[in-house]
Amino acid sequence: MPKCKYDWPGAGERSLIGKRITRIDGPVKASGRAKYTYDINQPGLLFAKILRSPYAHAKITALDTSEAEKAPGVKAVRKIQDVGTELQWVGDEIVAIAATSEEAAEDAIRKVKIEFEPLPHLVNEEDLEQAGSRAKQAGGETSGDPQKAFQDPDVVISEGYYGIPTITHCCLESHGNVAEWTGADTLRTWSSTQNVSGLPGQFGDALRRQNVSVQDNNIETICNYIGGGFGSKFSPDRWGIEAAHLSKLAGGKAVKLMLERNMELEAAGARPSSFAKIRVAAKKDGTVVAWESHSWGTGGPAGTTMPPLPYVFNIPNKVTRHTSVSTNTGPARAWRAPNHPQAALLTLSALDDLAAKVNMDPLEFFSKNADLAGERAETYRQELQKAAEMIEWQKYWHPRGDKTPGTIKRGLGISLHTWGGRGHNSNCNVSIHPDGSVEVTLGSQDLGTGTRTIIAISAAETFGLPVEAIKVNIGTSKYPSSGASGGSTTVGGVSASTRRGSTDALNELFAAVAPSLGVPADQLVAVGGKIQAKGDSSKSLTWKQACAKLGVKTLQTTGKNPGPCALGSSGVGGVEIADVSIDTETGMVRVNRMACAQDCGLVLDVKTAESQCYGAMIMGVTYALFEEKIMDRVTGRMLNNNMEFYKLAGIGDLGELMVHMMTGPGYDERGVIGLGEPPVISPGAAISNAVANALGVRVPTLPITPDKVLAALEKGGVA
Amino acid sequence: MKRKKGKLRELVAAEQSLSRRDFLKGAGTAVSGGLLVTGQAAGAPPGAAPKVLGPGAVPVTLRVNGQTHKLNLEPRVTLLDALRNRLDLTGAKKVCDRAQCGSCTVLLDGKPVYACNVLAIEAEGHSITTIEGLSTGDKLHPVMAAFVENDAQQCGFCTPGFVVACKAFLDGHPNPTLEEVNKGLGGNLCRCGTYVGVRQAVLDAAKAMKGGHGNA
Repeated sequence: MPKCKYDWPGAGERSLIGKRITRIDGPVKASGRAKYTYDINQPGLLFAKILRSPYAHAKITALDTSEAEKAPGVKAVRKIQDVGTELQWVGDEIVAIAATSEEAAEDAIRKVKIEFEPLPHLVNEEDLEQAGSRAKQAGGETSGDPQKAFQDPDVVISEGYYGIPTITHCCLESHGNVAEWTGADTLRTWSSTQNVSGLPGQFGDALRRQNVSVQDNNIETICNYIGGGFGSKFSPDRWGIEAAHLSKLAGGKAVKLMLERNMELEAAGARPSSFAKIRVAAKKDGTVVAWESHSWGTGGPAGTTMPPLPYVFNIPNKVTRHTSVSTNTGPARAWRAPNHPQAALLTLSALDDLAAKVNMDPLEFFSKNADLAGERAETYRQELQKAAEMIEWQKYWHPRGDKTPGTIKRGLGISLHTWGGRGHNSNCNVSIHPDGSVEVTLGSQDLGTGTRTIIAISAAETFGLPVEAIKVNIGTSKYPSSGASGGSTTVGGVSASTRRGSTDALNELFAAVAPSLGVPADQLVAVGGKIQAKGDSSKSLTWKQACAKLGVKTLQTTGKNPGPCALGSSGVGGVEIADVSIDTETGMVRVNRMACAQDCGLVLDVKTAESQCYGAMIMGVTYALFEEKIMDRVTGRMLNNNMEFYKLAGIGDLGELMVHMMTGPGYDERGVIGLGEPPVISPGAAISNAVANALGVRVPTLPITPDKVLAALEKGGVA
Repeated sequence: MKRKKGKLRELVAAEQSLSRRDFLKGAGTAVSGGLLVTGQAAGAPPGAAPKVLGPGAVPVTLRVNGQTHKLNLEPRVTLLDALRNRLDLTGAKKVCDRAQCGSCTVLLDGKPVYACNVLAIEAEGHSITTIEGLSTGDKLHPVMAAFVENDAQQCGFCTPGFVVACKAFLDGHPNPTLEEVNKGLGGNLCRCGTYVGVRQAVLDAAKAMKGGHGNA
């Protein structure tokens, strides 16, 4: 079969792809020179603050901003929600004020006179009986014959309760924008966003709905660097629109509106909770045959949808039911791999308990049942084996309940996961200048995943140049439109558009230099900084000499994704194994080691790919052991809305982490697939299973805090 | 698994002779015993009325990265806000604004402090070094170079604070063990999860800084 017009080079032909390439924007970040949205200081910059609801549910009964308007330094005041409006969560926006300094804006906010009529609220959902009419049936399905399967006298049944609470994104750069009207109808925003190409349209829509005349193509959004998004930064949000309004009211001056930390945690980040009562059944040989679950959770006022249950394993007889609880908490946002960490925790915990009940080693149990994962069964088996080797499963695993003497108990736990990760729509311009310089330009963004770097690798590999030879331009909506960075879609999208655009550019360059080399264009190759005849390096030009043949004209092509010849695909597996120790006197859990075996098709840059996995495991340790949005039943407020009590793992909270990227035959030919989501899915279940293995009793919900460990030990287990 | 940053902060505060508590003490607020009496607080004669500044703006002179800046600031303005909003030195990041995360770490007379927890007026008379002062032009400080090489950063928002904290840590621990790294850098938090790279970067930077070019 002839090779398609666009393709990735084969294993023996790669000079950069699959190597360990250092991220190209590392120096500018590490030296503090990178300018994030929060760092933008325009001349005459105004600072905006927002008055927010102190109640989880209340009606505004009186609102007077007249004194605030007269406060020193105040340049613009906006009522966002007025008298009569019902506020649905603590932090709901009411008044925005722009002033000449942060301090002046804060002072003015305090001068707003407002009265509320508090209304009944619900902020806790774990106890479904308390939810009353706020709980609604939200789907479920039945397949096979679960009733009959559970009644089979030869099956072993395990029953349990499991859960994972709402957590918050806690981006270190809080959500926010700097908005500036550079003309009467031209708006420029610096936005901390995962969606630089998509934001102008969203700003335009919202502003036009609020009677501000502006065309989308007169709006530019800039985001050169973003301090964390994790799925929470796809839209301008109400505070972004308000920044634009305030700027307009202040004569177009730039207005910076960044959220304070407490509001970042309360109003700008929420991964929905998920709790479930689950029954699972297996034959005595460990073959899983039946699943029954009733799950529930909240994602704020809009409730939740059911996670994909049962996860990964397509159990032949199953019945699922989901209840969505609407609460007066900050609205849900996508969080890395939406609904998958929840599904993994619920499913893999239940199956791990079932494995214990049939007295099987979970490694053997999951390998045996891998066929239920369909087309990825073999991938999972390979990854289970690899992760088990890394963690030395045979040496450290023991049946439930660490029987060694002493108060410290140790255990291992497994989880596995899946994700899509197909490349998104992406357009780029590729320019080869007569002086030999090369630029790739597209309206994408680098969340820290290494997007700039893999764009440079894709182009450099094509041209036979070093990574440093490629100038990558991203970070403004003025560039060709490229997709939002969500769902692990970026690497597949931008690498494909870049490869196609670069291949076309190279072919045009070949055509331009072919006459002077006396070699047909289709017999030329670009390797090692040279254009030369295939198999005859005597007929060659340096890259610079070749580009000089372009005369005075820059060679420019466009690249697109999707496009001809698939350069990526969709669907990955992944296995993680955790090794934990628990002090049964204090209840403290420590992750000693964790291993990750992850596939994502053709790995463009092993270094930044591994970083994704390390980071995901660390984020996973954090949500497994520390994170929970703790809501106060009485006041309706979040009790830990700061970084002292909303805990993130520190450098000392982690043991040894190990990553193995699955590459080579069987993986590379699938093309590029995204990696941002998959490795963050499993840590919760892997750690929960390791704790159950150590203690001999399940700690039913995350985070696995000392009090929960001690409570579980009261009920049973080793101590 | 205890967080070490509380300890680190106390250490810094004690060594620093410059903390919010000392400021409060100087302003006549009752402070419980056991604190180090600092040169500044001890300078006031017993019984003398404390000098009250503000609430309006007062002249403040800050020496940052070797340059002197004359500013007019309200006493409530933090060193972090003064650096970021008045001097456009935005390497130190505003994240928690409550001395909990370390993203705003700067050096005060060579010692690391959380700039969000120091008032600008407290920093007067001291030598302030920010991340911008650790490198010149394209030449990276060895700690920065080690962060780049070990991919000890993703979004990069915690990175400048981490780099400054690492530099200060290595000044006091030129041959750190992994355990010392885990304790000494417990005062800086990262959300992307870059600690694996950070650990190796600190160890590599320690090696690279042998030979005296580390005190840039």
